[in-house]
This record gives sequence, structure tokens and C-alpha cells, in this order.
Amino acid sequence: EGAAGPGGAERYFTRWYKPGTAGAGQGQAEPGGSGALTPLCALLADVKGRPCEDFCVLQHSNRRVAGGGPAPGRPRAAICVITLAEAHPLLQSGKTIKNINYQISANCSRLQNKVSGKSKRTCLFVFQMQGAQFLTELAPLCRISSSDGEEYTIYSCIRGRLIEVNENILTNPALLQEKPSTEGYIAVVLPKFEESKSITQGLLTQKEYEEVLMKRRSSAS
Amino acid sequence: MSAVAEKDRAVVQLLLDAGTCPRCVLRFCSVGSQLLYRHPLQDLLKDLQEFLKSSQGKEGTVCLDVADPPCKRLRLEHKEEGADELNHNGAIPQLPSAGSTGNAGNAALSGNTALESSAGRVCNVCLGILQEFCEPDFVKKVCQKVNSADYQFTSFVFSVSLPPQLSVRERAAWLGVKQQMRNLGLPLAKDDIVQLKEAYKWIIHPQLAEELGVPADGKSLFEVSVVFAHPETDEECHFLATACPDCFKPAKNKQSVFTRMAVIKALERIKEEDFLKHFPCPPSSPKNLCDALEIQCNNGAVFVAGRYNKYSRNLPQTPWIIDGERKLESSVEELISEHLMAEFKADSFNFSSSGREDVDVRTLGNGRPFAMELVNPRRIRFSAEEMKRLQQAINDSSDKIQVRDLQLVTRSAIGRMKEGEEEKTKTYSALIWTDKAIQREDIAFLDDIKELRLEQKTPLRVLHRRPLAVRCRLIHSMRSEYLDQHHFRLHLRTQAGTYIKEFVHGDFGRTKPNIGSLLHRTADILELDVESVDVDWPPTLAD
Repeated sequence: EGAAGPGGAERYFTRWYKPGTAGAGQGQAEPGGSGALTPLCALLADVKGRPCEDFCVLQHSNRRVAGGGPAPGRPRAAICVITLAEAHPLLQSGKTIKNINYQISANCSRLQNKVSGKSKRTCLFVFQMQGAQFLTELAPLCRISSSDGEEYTIYSCIRGRLIEVNENILTNPALLQEKPSTEGYIAVVLPKFEESKSITQGLLTQKEYEEVLMKRRSSAS
Repeated sequence: MSAVAEKDRAVVQLLLDAGTCPRCVLRFCSVGSQLLYRHPLQDLLKDLQEFLKSSQGKEGTVCLDVADPPCKRLRLEHKEEGADELNHNGAIPQLPSAGSTGNAGNAALSGNTALESSAGRVCNVCLGILQEFCEPDFVKKVCQKVNSADYQFTSFVFSVSLPPQLSVRERAAWLGVKQQMRNLGLPLAKDDIVQLKEAYKWIIHPQLAEELGVPADGKSLFEVSVVFAHPETDEECHFLATACPDCFKPAKNKQSVFTRMAVIKALERIKEEDFLKHFPCPPSSPKNLCDALEIQCNNGAVFVAGRYNKYSRNLPQTPWIIDGERKLESSVEELISEHLMAEFKADSFNFSSSGREDVDVRTLGNGRPFAMELVNPRRIRFSAEEMKRLQQAINDSSDKIQVRDLQLVTRSAIGRMKEGEEEKTKTYSALIWTDKAIQREDIAFLDDIKELRLEQKTPLRVLHRRPLAVRCRLIHSMRSEYLDQHHFRLHLRTQAGTYIKEFVHGDFGRTKPNIGSLLHRTADILELDVESVDVDWPPTLAD
């Protein structure tokens, strides 16, 4: 006898998928990025030889929770949590994580994202948001190397402000593999309110993603 | 008693000539007797005229008697030459001719000059405020408005809003007087000019109090307010903008930049010479009276406090509306306010409470303290019995909430409620599920943990509207109740501001420690109840 649906914190999230992006791994931002990466990239991934580096974006459904009543200030989009999808190579058996690095480049560390404050007031919140790093879909969040010499880049997958990266996986990399959809998350991103509907346009629903997985399996055989 | 004295003669003459009403003349002579201002205008005018006719150089002062009729006024001899002695620099004085006492003391003193026709003129200083707007007709009009508005009150405060140009005209009259005195080589009396508003209240308060049947009281919560305007002279303030431009900042709304405050500030700054250049001193007579634009009533807010229980797991505390669409029916706030608004007949309300609970959380025990501010209530007096009945009415109308200890409180008492929100403990009961099986022994240790220190990052579910931060909170004590291999109930006493749900499921590891980490399992919260809010306010009422 278990809880109704997925237990714990994940209950209020909708799962969206970003199948493996290929080749554009070095870039920071795509200016005016189209952002609309289609299921075709799954095939591109295979062509480039980097199969299955899939991500899962958990989008919170804020409307269902907490207190009731209007949120103070302007309307905001639902928060998104960036995680590895189950098909990701790092989550396959036999992989050991050697290193997780939030230093993206010489000048940019996701750990130095300045989003902090003590006040509950909305004006400070806005100020915080302005200080946070703005990400586009192909912005790298971190680089993870495994003991077999492979290196993987984890991408933002959506546009928005970086709220935080998960420091718990730095101290305990096993979390990433044991609980990739909860405690092993990579980062939290807050999209712009105006973009909250288009955010998921570049992503696949659970059903669409399962079809991609099926196609992979059949093309592999 | 203050009086119009010999030294004021020139002032009186100048002002009456310029078209100033008798009451404003008294103000400029620093006459401080309230009773005197209440004399009918015609009487005051006659007295002043008599005073002017009296010969200069008479010893002592002329008293305009402040006692009620019969007047014991000194009768002075008419002296026609006296007029010429007044103005050494050749200004033609205008005095009533002798023998004008034949008429009854009413408006028309026929055959007289501009002086007496100032009885009919709109005052060049107060624009009629101390004239028409002190008359019984206006008082009746105000009281009619008050009575029709159907307010409950035991006293009143009468507030008026005067057009800014009155300050300009006051200054202009003063400068005119000052100049005249200088020309005459007379020392200028200290300028304790009686304020226009003050004199107005001296005259109108007793009349309003009589008509309304309650006293005037500066501290009263019931306010009767009148806004006066004089569009004819609205542009008189504009010259100040060129003289003191930085006093007049463009307003965000379309409202005029020439507010009372801005005009007063500019008048403080402007030099006399500049003022005299731009504005006639004393000011000219207007054609029309002021208009009384609005007569409004307002009662100060009353505060109703109590404690509420919430028995529904589907009820928000405040209305839940997104994009204009209501997401959930009703709310704690609306279920309570509906009855209070109807009984107190208020314009609106503000609901606040000592913390709040989620939609799906019940509030049990003694309930959560709340306060309802009722804005501009028509009814303000309720006995303890009536409050009890009101409480019963609320409780009868819904099974989703119940209220207790409903009572009237002061505004300052609200502070105690808010202090409770941040400082006082709460107790909860949580129904917890675990993924892996548990036995009684597995959870027993929770009962022994005291003052458990949590570090809670802002929960994901509120991150879109609260800043990212880490909160340290204490779980003072816990008590577990084993139910079965995957369920147990946990009772907790915690510091104010602790996120209980996140303590149970861990919020992606962002609340540490959490039940999951303590039990080495994945845990989820199925139900949460608030068992008590440990604030001892409002006072408990006996049933």
C-alpha cells in the first residue's frame, strides 16, 4: 500500500523531456535562440554518436498549492527543476561519477549565481532575480565526468533565470544516480512569466518521449 | 477678552474698504473671542462701522462687547472729519454718513457707500467661507447629508478642505495691511492672525453640534468633511510656480500640481517684493462664493477579532482567483466577512491573521487568531450579547469554518496578533507515508528528539514568489503514533515559520534534516492538521 501517485515532493510536478542535444555543447547562449528543439534532435544525437543524453524538466504546478489568494506582485511562471532522464548514460548501471563541476568556463561558475536575500518583500525578490544568471536552452549548467573517461555536459533545456544549482551532489555524487528525480536534481530555473507557455514548446510530453525511446530501440535492433 | 483696539483702526479701515468680511477683519486684528465670531455678520459689520466712526485719539480701547444681547456697546459720537484724519497719504476713506441708524440692522443700509455694500460682497479673503458657509442654511444642508447617510456616532469632527488660493489671498491681505501700516508710520502688531479654519470651526461647530445632537470632538472617529472649491480664482496660485518652481513637482496623476501643501511651501519661500509684484495686495473681490463640492461622512475603522477553526481540506484562507477565474469556491475570509460586513454596514474590510494554513490543511484546537478591519462602518456599537449572536450566525451558516471569541478590539491590539505569528509555537499532526516498510521500533526514536534544528531552503512550491533563502527553524518536540507498515501519525511542536510539509518529504533535499533522511526512507505527507496556534490573543470569552 503506497501513497497515491509518485510520493513526496515530486507529486506536484509535470514531467517534460528534452532528448539528447548534439554538437552545440560548447555554446553559452544562442542569441535570439529559437529554442524550439524538436524531436529530430534525438536522431541527430544518434548520428553524432552521443545517444540518449536525455533530460527531464519538472515543471511545478503552483496553482494547486499553498494558502490560496493572489501571489504578491506580478504573476510569475512555475518553477522548473532540471534533472537527468532515466535513459541518460550517467544513470546506467556500471557508470561511476568521478567529478561534478559547476565551473562552466573561466569566467562563469554556476555556484556564483547571486540569488540571495533575507527579505520576504517582493521588491527585493525582483532585485534578486535581476542578479541571477539568465540561461537559454543550450546554456551549460555543469560538466560531469565518469571514471571511464567520458564527459557529459548538462544543459538548461529551458530559458529562464537560474535560481540554484544542487550543491548536495557535489558532496554526495551518489545522490545523482540514486535519486535523479528528487534529491539528485541538477538545478532550479524560473522562466519569465511571458514565456511560461512557450517554455514547454521545445520539450516532449511523457508520451511523446516514450515514442522516441521506442524508435531508438527499434532502430538499434 | 480680546477686542478691536485703537491700534487696529487702520487695519479695519483698509480691510473693510477692500471688501473683507467683518469676521476676517476680526481675525486680522487677532481677536480671540470665539463668541464674538458667532455674532451675526450684520451686527459685526455695524459694530465695526461704529468703531470707525468714533473719533481717533479717544482714550482706551473700544470694546466690541462679547456678551449676549442686550449689547452694552459704547455709543460714540459721529465725527465726519474723523474720516479725513485717518489717511494721511490721501487715500479716500469711505465711511457711512451719519444718521444711518434708522434702518433695522439688516443688509440694506441704503445710501451708504462701498463699505456697507461689503455686507453683500463676497469677502476678498475667505471667499465666503466665514459668510454664507456659517449660515443656518448651510448647517442644515450638512446635517441633512449626515442624517441621510445613516451613521451611528456619538461625536463628530468636522474637517474642511479649502482651495489653495485662500492661502495666497490671506498673504495678500496681510501684505496690504503691512504696507499701509508702514506708510502710516505705525508699528505693526504681531501677526497672530487667527487662522481661517479655526475661526470657521468656532462658528460652525456649535451649530452642527446643536443640530446633530452630539458634541464636536477633535478625536472623534466620525468625520464629516466638506471640500470647498473656487474655480473662478483657481489660477491665482500659478504665479508661484514661476517664483518658486521647485515647490511644484509634476504629479503622477492628472491632478493639479498646485496642492495646498505646495502652495504653502512656496508662500514660505517667496520674497515679499516678488509677491507684491505678481498679486494685488490687498486682493480684489471675487464675483462668486466658493462652492461646497462634497459633503462626506466617514467613520473610523472598527476591528473585530476572534479565532477560527477550519474543517475543510478544500478551502483557501483568502479568495483564490487566477486570471479572473475563481479556482476554489469561497474562503475563510469571505465566510467570516459576509456576516460582519452586513451587520456593521461597512464599505470594505481587511482580513489578517496570525499566520495561515494551506488550502488542504485543517485548523483544529482553539483555532487561529484573526482580525477583521471594517472600513467606514455605519454601525459601531455592539454589546457583548450582540457579538455572541453574530458569532452564532457565522457558525450556523457554514460547517467549513467556526469562529470563537468574537469581540471588538482596538487597532493597537492587532500588533499582539502579528507578534504571535513570528514568535509563538504551533503544534501539528501529520499523516505520513513511507515507501519502505516500518516497524514501531523504527520510529520510536523520534519521540526522544528535542530541539531539532532544521535548515530549510525556500520551498520549491513558493520559490516563484519568495526570495531564495535558508531558514533555520526548530522542531521542539515530536510524538509518533504507529499505524501500519507504511503509515504513522506524527505530532510536532515547532517554531513559528516552519514548513511542515517540507520537513516530511524533504523538498528535493532542500530541507535538512527531514523525516525521509531521519528514517532512511522516502516519506510523504498525506494529511496535515494544525492542532494549536499558541498565541494567547484575543482574550478568551466565557461562553
